[in-house]
Amino acid sequence: MNERMTYDLVVVGGGPAGMAAALKARECGVENIALIERASELGGILEQCIHTGFGLTYFGQELSGPEYADRFIKLVDKTDIRVFTDTMVTDVSPEKVVTCVNKKDGLMKLQAKAVILAMGCRERPRGALNIVGTRPAGVMTAGTAQKYVNLDGYMPGKKVVILGSGDIGLIMARRMTLEGAEVKMVCELMPFSGGLTRNIVQCLNDFDIPLKLSTTVVKVYGDQRVTGVDIARVDEKLQPIPETIEHVECDTLMLSVGLIPENELTVGAGIPLDRVTRGAVVDELRQTEMPGVFACGNVLQVHDLVDFVTMESQIAGEGAARYIRGELSDPEYIRPETGFGVRYIVPQKINIKDKKDVKLYFRVGAIYNNPRVVLECDGQVLSSKKKIKVAPGEMEDVLIPASVFDSLTPESRITVRVEV
Amino acid sequence: MRYDVIVIGAGVCGAMIARGLSGLKLKTALLEKAPDVAMGASKANSGIVHGGFDALPGTLKAELNVRGTALMKDVCRDLDVPFKNCGSLVVAFSEEDKATLEELAERGRKNGVPGVSIIGADKLRELEPNVAPEAVGALFCESSGIVCPYELTIGAAENAVKNGVDLKLGCKVTAIEATEDGFVVTTSTGAFECSYIVNAAGVYADEIARMVGDDSFRIIPRRGEYYLLDRTVGSLVSRTIFQCPNKMGKGVLVTPTVDGNLLVGPTSVDLTEGREDVSTTLEGLDKVARLGGRSVPKASVRDAITSFAGVRAHPDSNDFIIGVSEANPRFINAAGIESPGLSAAPAIAERVTEIVEELTGAQKNESFDPVREPVFRFRHATDAERAEAIEKNPAYGRIVCRCESVTEGEIIDAIKAGATDIDGVKRRTRAGMGRCQGGFCGSKVAELLAELAGAELNTVTKFGGESKLLYERTK
Ligand SMILES: Cc1cc2nc3c(=O)[nH]c(=O)nc-3n(C[C@H](O)[C@H](O)[C@H](O)COP(=O)(O)OP(=O)(O)OC[C@H]3O[C@@H](n4cnc5c(N)ncnc54)[C@H](O)[C@@H]3O)c2cc1C
Ligand SMILES: Cc1cc2nc3c(=O)[nH]c(=O)nc-3n(C[C@H](O)[C@H](O)[C@H](O)COP(=O)(O)OP(=O)(O)OC[C@H]3O[C@@H](n4cnc5c(N)ncnc54)[C@H](O)[C@@H]3O)c2cc1C
Repeated sequence: MNERMTYDLVVVGGGPAGMAAALKARECGVENIALIERASELGGILEQCIHTGFGLTYFGQELSGPEYADRFIKLVDKTDIRVFTDTMVTDVSPEKVVTCVNKKDGLMKLQAKAVILAMGCRERPRGALNIVGTRPAGVMTAGTAQKYVNLDGYMPGKKVVILGSGDIGLIMARRMTLEGAEVKMVCELMPFSGGLTRNIVQCLNDFDIPLKLSTTVVKVYGDQRVTGVDIARVDEKLQPIPETIEHVECDTLMLSVGLIPENELTVGAGIPLDRVTRGAVVDELRQTEMPGVFACGNVLQVHDLVDFVTMESQIAGEGAARYIRGELSDPEYIRPETGFGVRYIVPQKINIKDKKDVKLYFRVGAIYNNPRVVLECDGQVLSSKKKIKVAPGEMEDVLIPASVFDSLTPESRITVRVEV
Repeated sequence: MRYDVIVIGAGVCGAMIARGLSGLKLKTALLEKAPDVAMGASKANSGIVHGGFDALPGTLKAELNVRGTALMKDVCRDLDVPFKNCGSLVVAFSEEDKATLEELAERGRKNGVPGVSIIGADKLRELEPNVAPEAVGALFCESSGIVCPYELTIGAAENAVKNGVDLKLGCKVTAIEATEDGFVVTTSTGAFECSYIVNAAGVYADEIARMVGDDSFRIIPRRGEYYLLDRTVGSLVSRTIFQCPNKMGKGVLVTPTVDGNLLVGPTSVDLTEGREDVSTTLEGLDKVARLGGRSVPKASVRDAITSFAGVRAHPDSNDFIIGVSEANPRFINAAGIESPGLSAAPAIAERVTEIVEELTGAQKNESFDPVREPVFRFRHATDAERAEAIEKNPAYGRIVCRCESVTEGEIIDAIKAGATDIDGVKRRTRAGMGRCQGGFCGSKVAELLAELAGAELNTVTKFGGESKLLYERTK
């Protein structure tokens, strides 16, 4: 076994989150950083996202996934951050020993002062859904299909039904169509899409692909390859209505039914998760309940846009730097509360002694037109912002200005709610 | 090619029988119509090594179950197959159920099952805190266990081949002609001559028997459906939890699997068409969810990572059919092997081997080695073992399946050991069996399959035949 190596900071995951966090920590003066990625290159899931639409917020420029990733890879290359690719972390211990393996170095144990978790998320598979029938080839997640088309250069199907209107599904509807496949429809269980509006317009409407809301796939046919599926409309309780079952011929069922943060290591380290986000519970610096362990990007909460991942990860990188410098002693936390319409808020807790601007990110549970997003403190409205529309598919944010913290006590209550 | 013995069907019984026969100086072939072993009932069942109190005293089921279970631990050690002697509980919910427990305990005594006792509600709670609070007592069976059924089949087949058996996959028996001194067996890949036949063809055993004029039994295909739950809830129970059979039926079981998941099921429905119809149904899975929740309320479908079904080969005689056929003295049936057939498999193999030994007068095969080369499993290895393995073979240092921590080295081992498709790799290594169900590693496994076969990526299948993953290249 290789000798134990020590680092000030070990970042787990070399996607956009891990890279931004490592870079920011370096910029803040952390010297001895390891960045660990299990794929053979940095970049994470961006590497297979060859469509554009990345970077509008952060760079003010429309980039493809690999282009966006490339900007950060170049920056990492210019630093002395020690990058391990093709290396998989198998364990993070409460003592901050990061165990990892690769072909070259074998099994390594890295002792860190601080750890940033940036493992991303994965797609929900078929098993998590209530689809009965056979188990043939041709059922795949949209992300897998995307990899086959964009990286391997093979068609994973010719007649496609897509279940779930998440962004990857929408983008794959367009991609498959451009490649000559027939995308028969996109079915969405909810009465609204989970994807970005711009994707619905550019990926479905522009290609006349029907989006069937309140509709799901109930059964798969085919002994070897998929030959068709049954779809059905669902009632208000999201239960399929038997009288509405309809057979659709296809050779592929593509699933874009949501993403689940990949928190095995987090759980293994004994770090508590938020029931709703399925990511760690963190403070405003993205520090988890285990001091010195931070989390950012899709492993913390599923983001729609990489730009926000980058910004969140910079917060974590800076937080880790401050932790390593010993600046984070004795916090006093309050927990922002979700009011009407709000499903969750990240960060889940705020150190009121830090007295800096804090942005709260949240998602709503349904579509609201012309609402106001209200931030309240102890019954007083701090801000009330008018919106054209809020939807579950788009992450929202609201700012608590630094000035507010002067008057806060640990008993203060901060609430975010939607007003219609 | 002439064989002494041809075994038809490479499920757990056929594979174990072939392994048993490889202990004799005989030329044996194992024919399987599917592209891999363990593609029938042996890949989709509850994986329980039953104590043996369920079958009626005096039946072959009872006798071979108790014997098979006693042999299981050693067989699994020799074949490097995951097995756990975790014990089981039949849970009672009423006074009537309690009376049934007494009956089962009595049957257990008659069948010679070791370690059976009846326990009260308090003891039950102590053993299994997550069993429903309404439970009033249970039958505790310490000798019961769990095993990985497809690994057992794969291990047995590999070991049989190592000891000289010819394994022929994708080889479907379509006709059998009896000759003076044996048979001509016609298959989808050619004809073989042999002196003896062992019929271990699962749900098709009656059709095979009829090929030699044996019309003495019928197989009724009986499907069972399951939910498989995530490992996060895998330790809700530490023993197999059965429900007490009553007028409502046999209930469903909730059990840990050897890999740490939780399995809930099965249903029991006779198939009127399609003997291998392993599709799942809304009614079936609803029932599994409903009944499973009754004994372990926290076992929720919300944690399901997959669902599947298997088909039992239920014989109209209600008992295993093992022995020389009345229609032909060279034809041996190992038929009607429904539950507890997995548990009984080592004993069925022992029995059939004895029969063949007697019929042929064959000598023992002195070079027979019952031990299968141990398989490196990263997920079970300690850090030190991992470090050592990677040093020897760097491919053990690259994890391909993240959910189950399966390395490239293990996948290459499996392909070299005979896996030819995605599901074959999955059953041998667990790559793709975790919570993302192959979402991430599926394409990497496909690449390795293509690479080692020297073929294009779009030739890779999920389970042979037309189950192709990919079509032509993109534009
Ligand atoms: C739902 C369910 C739950 C069960 N639970 C348990 C349990 O918990 N414990 C237990 O002990 N037992 C259990 N069993 C029973 C156990 O699974 C079976 O008894 C055992 O797997 C039977 O093995 P087999 O080899 O006889 O049959 P199979 O595994 O079905 O093998 C038969 C093989 O023959 C092949 N074949 C058929 N026709 C031909 C042909 N013409 N040419 C060539 N090959 C052919 C098939 O392809 C197949 O591979 C369960 C079964 C089911 C279905
Ligand atoms: C004791 C025991 C333990 C088991 N433990 C596990 C376990 O831990 N994990 C597990 O997965 N199974 C487990 N199984 C189930 C095992 O997979 C089945 O027994 C067997 O493989 C059924 O085969 P099948 O061909 O019917 O279905 P499978 O081939 O196993 O069907 C597998 C699943 O693949 C998924 N799937 C289908 N298409 C795709 C696709 N294109 N991409 C990704 N996923 C796809 C579906 O969700 C489907 O449910 C266990 C079974 C037993 C008996």
